[in-house]
Amino acid sequence: MSGYSQSESLGRTAAVESASSARSQAASASQSHRLRSGGLIDRKVPLQFTFDGQAMTGFAGDTLASALVANGVKLVARSFKYHRPRGIITAGSEEPSALVEMRTGARKEPNTRATTQELYDGLVANSQNRWPSLRRDFMSINQLAAPIFVAGFYYKTFMWPAKFWEKIYEPLIRRAAGLGKSAELPDPDHYDKAWAHCDVLVVGAGPAGLSAALAAGRAGSRVILVEEDSHVGGRLLSDGGEIDGMHAEEWVRSASEELAGLPNVRVLTRTALFGVYDGGVHAALERVNDHVPVPGPHQVRQRVWRIVAKRSVVTAGAIERPIVFPGNDRPGVMMASAVRTYVNRFAAMPGRKVALFTNNDDGWRTVEAIQQAGGDIAAVIDPRGKVPAEYQAVAELSDLRVISGGVSDVKGGVDGVRAVVVTDSNGRTQQIDADCLAVSGGWNPNVGLSCFHRGKPVWREDIAAFVPGDAPRGMRLTGAANGEFSLGACLRDGHAAGAAAAAECGAAGHPGEVSEAGDEAYAISPLWQVRAKGKAFVDFQHDVTASDVTLAQREGFESVEHLKRYTTLGMATDQGKTSNITGLAIMAAATGRTIPETGTTIYRPPYAPVAIGALAGHHRDENFHAWRLTPSHHWAAARGAVFVDTGLWKRAQWYPQPGEKDWLESVTREVLAVRNGVGFCDVSTLGKVDVRGADAGTFLDRVYINAFSALGVGKARYGLMLREDGIVMDDGTTSRLAEDHYFLTTTTAKAGPVMAHLEFCRQVLWPELDVQLSSASDQWAQFSIAGPNTRKLLQALVDPSEDLSNEGFPFMGAREVKLRGGVVARLFRISFSGEMAFEISVPARYGAAMAENLMIAGKPYGVTPYGTEALGVMRIEKGHVAGPELNGTTTADDLGLGKMMSKKKDFIGRVMAGRPALTAPDRQVVVGIKPVDAKRRLRSGAHVMPKGSIAGPETDQGYVTSVCYSPMLQQWIGLGLVERGRERIGEIVRIFDPLRSEDYEAEICNPVFYDPEGVRQRG
Amino acid sequence: MRIACPFCGERENGEFTYLGDASPKRPTFAIDGGDSPELVEDAFYDYVYLRDNVAGVMREYWYHGGGCRSWLIAERNTVTHEFISVKAAPGAGAAKPAQAGE
Repeated sequence: MSGYSQSESLGRTAAVESASSARSQAASASQSHRLRSGGLIDRKVPLQFTFDGQAMTGFAGDTLASALVANGVKLVARSFKYHRPRGIITAGSEEPSALVEMRTGARKEPNTRATTQELYDGLVANSQNRWPSLRRDFMSINQLAAPIFVAGFYYKTFMWPAKFWEKIYEPLIRRAAGLGKSAELPDPDHYDKAWAHCDVLVVGAGPAGLSAALAAGRAGSRVILVEEDSHVGGRLLSDGGEIDGMHAEEWVRSASEELAGLPNVRVLTRTALFGVYDGGVHAALERVNDHVPVPGPHQVRQRVWRIVAKRSVVTAGAIERPIVFPGNDRPGVMMASAVRTYVNRFAAMPGRKVALFTNNDDGWRTVEAIQQAGGDIAAVIDPRGKVPAEYQAVAELSDLRVISGGVSDVKGGVDGVRAVVVTDSNGRTQQIDADCLAVSGGWNPNVGLSCFHRGKPVWREDIAAFVPGDAPRGMRLTGAANGEFSLGACLRDGHAAGAAAAAECGAAGHPGEVSEAGDEAYAISPLWQVRAKGKAFVDFQHDVTASDVTLAQREGFESVEHLKRYTTLGMATDQGKTSNITGLAIMAAATGRTIPETGTTIYRPPYAPVAIGALAGHHRDENFHAWRLTPSHHWAAARGAVFVDTGLWKRAQWYPQPGEKDWLESVTREVLAVRNGVGFCDVSTLGKVDVRGADAGTFLDRVYINAFSALGVGKARYGLMLREDGIVMDDGTTSRLAEDHYFLTTTTAKAGPVMAHLEFCRQVLWPELDVQLSSASDQWAQFSIAGPNTRKLLQALVDPSEDLSNEGFPFMGAREVKLRGGVVARLFRISFSGEMAFEISVPARYGAAMAENLMIAGKPYGVTPYGTEALGVMRIEKGHVAGPELNGTTTADDLGLGKMMSKKKDFIGRVMAGRPALTAPDRQVVVGIKPVDAKRRLRSGAHVMPKGSIAGPETDQGYVTSVCYSPMLQQWIGLGLVERGRERIGEIVRIFDPLRSEDYEAEICNPVFYDPEGVRQRG
Repeated sequence: MRIACPFCGERENGEFTYLGDASPKRPTFAIDGGDSPELVEDAFYDYVYLRDNVAGVMREYWYHGGGCRSWLIAERNTVTHEFISVKAAPGAGAAKPAQAGE
């Protein structure tokens, strides 16, 4: 894969005269600011697009921004707070200003940087934050009210009256805030997540990155090179130069081809690294199909990569920084490097008469770029007052107007710059006609990625910029990202870093020769701000001005972190890429500290905006998480079961029958069918663990509060586990199938945590025990069969030799049985419903067949499948505790199971369960609750307090945990946790439910509502 | 974050869950009441609740629940998140019971 793989034609094409079709000639002619030749665009492929409804034309290879420049469009946006007219400032991903709303309908996406959006045929973009139109924006009156929109405006303005906040202020702010509007329809596109592994990850494919990837790739290590642009080359595509005697573009092409030929190198273009995490894990966003109208069939729009790399070489370049002066936000004021990118790479002229304001040598490159493209340099304003040696010849030859001073104002309107006001070093002002002002305040190395592990950047005086300090382990920063700005140094350092990283990963090959280029000078005299009257912007995206920064300082917000939050400097979607350093430099000047003393804010991922959809990938809608389906799921679905999500499981909740008007009618029918006949329910979701070994009984004695070593083979027992702090963890039935073999069950919700806990006990606490655990949850399909006719039904299923009588298979018996047909099942005579009941386990593959056979065998007895609701009703009628009572705050005694705690052994939680607070007599314990008015519906969550008391936290004595309509009692009943509840059976209490505005009386009663003697389950 | 499980090799941290400090040892006591209940309770209180807030290298329990289900004892620098070593718990992966203690 290579950045040049798509087409040869993306090289610089010949002049428009040689282009074949008349269509492309017409296209070119309509682009008022398109150069007649040059650029990495394909003039044979004209592309139609619209901006704010106006039809325009660009070429393949354009970005939306370059196409707008080529069409002479200067005004592209309105600013955030003041609605000031704004244009395009940069040509890269750092763009703070030219944000547009891309596409329409469900694919509409706000705040898209026009500078990174590749042009495609039919592209539709609209400007944002304006009404009724970009040219005449009503909210620009905000500029008149500018004095109130200063730093800390939110904190100062909406303070009182407090009651105005929710109804008036917040809706007002929300309406005014934000730029674009997002789509309100579901996103029709797909997103993907993928993993990749490599030895050396190279971030950025400029000269340093290509050099590093070549060295590491030639040496034989596995290399991934990521580049956020659609093409590799970085600044070489804009600034040219000569490498190894070749034109820079030729070198890029040859490097790209060599990389494409190395099978151990993978180049990902349109891929921006946005995070660096522990242990060499990196995150990157690949914009797979943002450059086409609609992704092709089975293709994703974007993909998030997690790249695990042993070493990384970050060659992320540098970002040119603006200078703060009044009017520096007018459309047509542009970074000097961006001007060169538009001219050289895209053959689009940002202006015909360009003024240049630079404090460093690099900015001077712009002179040649404009002149070679046939434009005029109106003047060069350089506060250093001297033409750099390299440019003296050019300056003399073209009789260049060079002014020693600074830009103190920019004249113009919505259509952009008309003139530049310059104040020279003697304080005299003059006005220079220009339609574009190129600005260079120097370069900030892109240190962000190096700081994601809290590394602090270090100030370098000679380049007046921060360079990376302590980088994350295994990361090298090289080239402009490390403050080395000359082309020769980028190539050398990149090569050295790539070779060293490869060697550290064990690559033994030769990294090849270093490519060579000149070392151009980079001298700078720092200039952050030209002080003059008028709004001078630091943060273009959040409309933070120089005076906001100094106001923050006067009001005591001097720390950069305070400055950031008080003024919102750097808090917009661009994360202050063009503004943070400038803002802190102005703060440093205001406080009399140095820039390094002032320091930077903390850099955090993501480096660039990432859509939530991309992070979610395919995990959305029904695929949000994995589902677990019970063995009888499809059988139940075919019978019209309604399913409920319990954890990852889908469980049949009830089975509606024709004519039933609501769930309650279905559930009541299912309960009555069980209590009067027979029914069955899939309980395969219970956690199941095989516990084997000579010490299995001892092991279980230590994890349960009650004894299991004494349990006879062929017997089942209810067990309760505590956490080590004495609180109940889980409950379930465990059976002894052989001397050294127990079969343990957990609740559905706690299957995973209990397994982890048991493994901890076995592996860490008692490794000396001879016991092994294996999770059998998915191996067994388990059904509860309950009701007076259960035995008759089962007899039709099991081999005639199996004795299911009370004597042959007593209550709490457990053993293997042979089914008719030979399948061996595990049969347990246990009951959650309180009825005569068995649970039967068959290998999971027989689960669906088991459900079918239960229907056939039970047909004479009117067998009824029941869901989790009926299961819940019957357990509440029987006072059995479940999740709402095992809620992480209750003790065994709270649940009425205190007597189960053995005193003859140590077990997990025993000691801590004896603490005074856990044994206090006024604890809330499980009781039954039924409304005095038998027609009243009880609801869980309602509070319990003494009859006649004033409702409030002081009188609160507990709450209702579980409720149901009991078909047996023909009224609503519930369980609750109530203070001293067991002493208060028969007491009438107040039930207070402020959420549902309910207030009534209920009786505290024995939690076992139905068959308290337990006769039925033993029948 | 990547964790080198001694059984499965280097895996993504999402497969693991963290328990905490591996230094506290579960106290033992005489069931028949031979030990002072106060001392036993104090020992358990320490074991259950008291932890040092280490800034630096710490021994800690990790569970490879998304893999081999082994409990692991890792030395990790809590400041840099760097793993210094990852070892299996004494009873992890063993077909035969291990000796008591490590």
